[in-house]
Amino acid sequence: MEWSVLQQYGPSLLKGFGNTILCWALGTVFGMALGLVIALIQRYAPRWVTWIVQIYIEVIRGTPFLVQLFVLYYGGPLVGLRLDALPAGLLGLTIYGSPYFAEIFRSGFRAVPDGQIEAARAIGMSESDIVRRILLPLGLVSALPALVNFSIILTKETVILSIITVPELLYQVQRMSAETFRYVEANLVLALFFWGLVETISRVGLRLEARITKHLIERT
Amino acid sequence: MLAASSVEMRKVNKYYGKFQALKDIDLSIPPGKVTCLIGPSGSGKSTLLRCINFLEEYDSGEVRIDGQLIGYDAPNKKMSGRRLREMRRSIGMVFQQFNLWPHMTARENVAEGLIRVRRISKADADRRASEALAKVGLADKSASHPSRLSGGQQQRVAIARAIAMEPKLMLFDEPTSALDPELVGEVLSVMRTLAGEGMTMVVVTHEMGFAAHVADQVGFMEKGELVSVASPDRILHRPEDARIQSFLRTYHERNSF
Repeated sequence: MEWSVLQQYGPSLLKGFGNTILCWALGTVFGMALGLVIALIQRYAPRWVTWIVQIYIEVIRGTPFLVQLFVLYYGGPLVGLRLDALPAGLLGLTIYGSPYFAEIFRSGFRAVPDGQIEAARAIGMSESDIVRRILLPLGLVSALPALVNFSIILTKETVILSIITVPELLYQVQRMSAETFRYVEANLVLALFFWGLVETISRVGLRLEARITKHLIERT
Repeated sequence: MLAASSVEMRKVNKYYGKFQALKDIDLSIPPGKVTCLIGPSGSGKSTLLRCINFLEEYDSGEVRIDGQLIGYDAPNKKMSGRRLREMRRSIGMVFQQFNLWPHMTARENVAEGLIRVRRISKADADRRASEALAKVGLADKSASHPSRLSGGQQQRVAIARAIAMEPKLMLFDEPTSALDPELVGEVLSVMRTLAGEGMTMVVVTHEMGFAAHVADQVGFMEKGELVSVASPDRILHRPEDARIQSFLRTYHERNSF
């Protein structure tokens, strides 16, 4: 082991880690937002719209992320979509995550008892109020563990962005390895960073879960 | 005295696929009176009740609240969501499973409809919610979440949620069936108070005592048919129809020891 190279490469590794966190955070937020929209469309839109959305879900879920990124980054310019690596990576992550998030939201919505929706209809609440006040808050609570879980999976998908030259952590680690031949050290750093990130997310997730389910657990 | 609605059902039919849940239902519910619906499970009582506020969409016939058709503008032409919501505002409903919103406190459950549907200010809604909770004897539970309340208390919150909207008609769908026996009384006593105030009430129930003492008329249903509608005494004590006799015999056997 030769750790002194870290002094030289430390700053670029940290920068790479920063980009990893940025890509993960924004990709997760946008992916969740898109997934939520998809789940609501699936629940409320006319049949033919839900079919189109279902095709989107099947296509994205049925193809590797790597292939989607290639199509977006190298195929995009053919149809006039010219993106830098980082925005392309973000867009890719958003698209890749959205159907999974949509499915998580869908199952969260299904966990809301019909009776609680009916109670809202019976007093004359509008569908949009029902979504905002009943369906979303209750559905999100049921969906939370799965949302956190998939967000953790997404952290590790960010390494694939290195292939389209997004300067995230793996990209920097590979550069360091190639220039110094310190593969083991570089990859240990990578593992350590990811472990720290995942551990943080899961802890925050658990706290959040404990907080918002406080009132929802039946007294026994 | 509250404003009270009347309900007229004419030739109401409801199908689930090929199964006919309601068969040519004719029923008049006079304003300010209590109508109890009894009968075996699966006889269509709840379905009938849910047609009154169109939570269940009937397929043919008419359901009129104070003369106004609910659910349809004309045969086969559904009413707009907005108009349906307007009509539902004055119809309260209480469910077997309470259906309180678990993420809100008792007071928030009651105030929600006032704020979102009646569009009154949060302060006013909170005040009215507290009054409604006091009326069902739960003034001290207004800050509790449903998970902290007993079944009987939850059902009383649900009743408060409905009456806070100042309905002219209240529908009760087996309001005590999910309760432990010792909690039934507190819910029935709140319902008795409401009946005494002249609220039009339609109650699907297995509580024959409540039907006998509080109802102005009792309807007996079996296999989607409204077999008979008459005074509680006629139905419960001097039934002529063999189906009612057999239902009551089973009921008495089960409730004696």
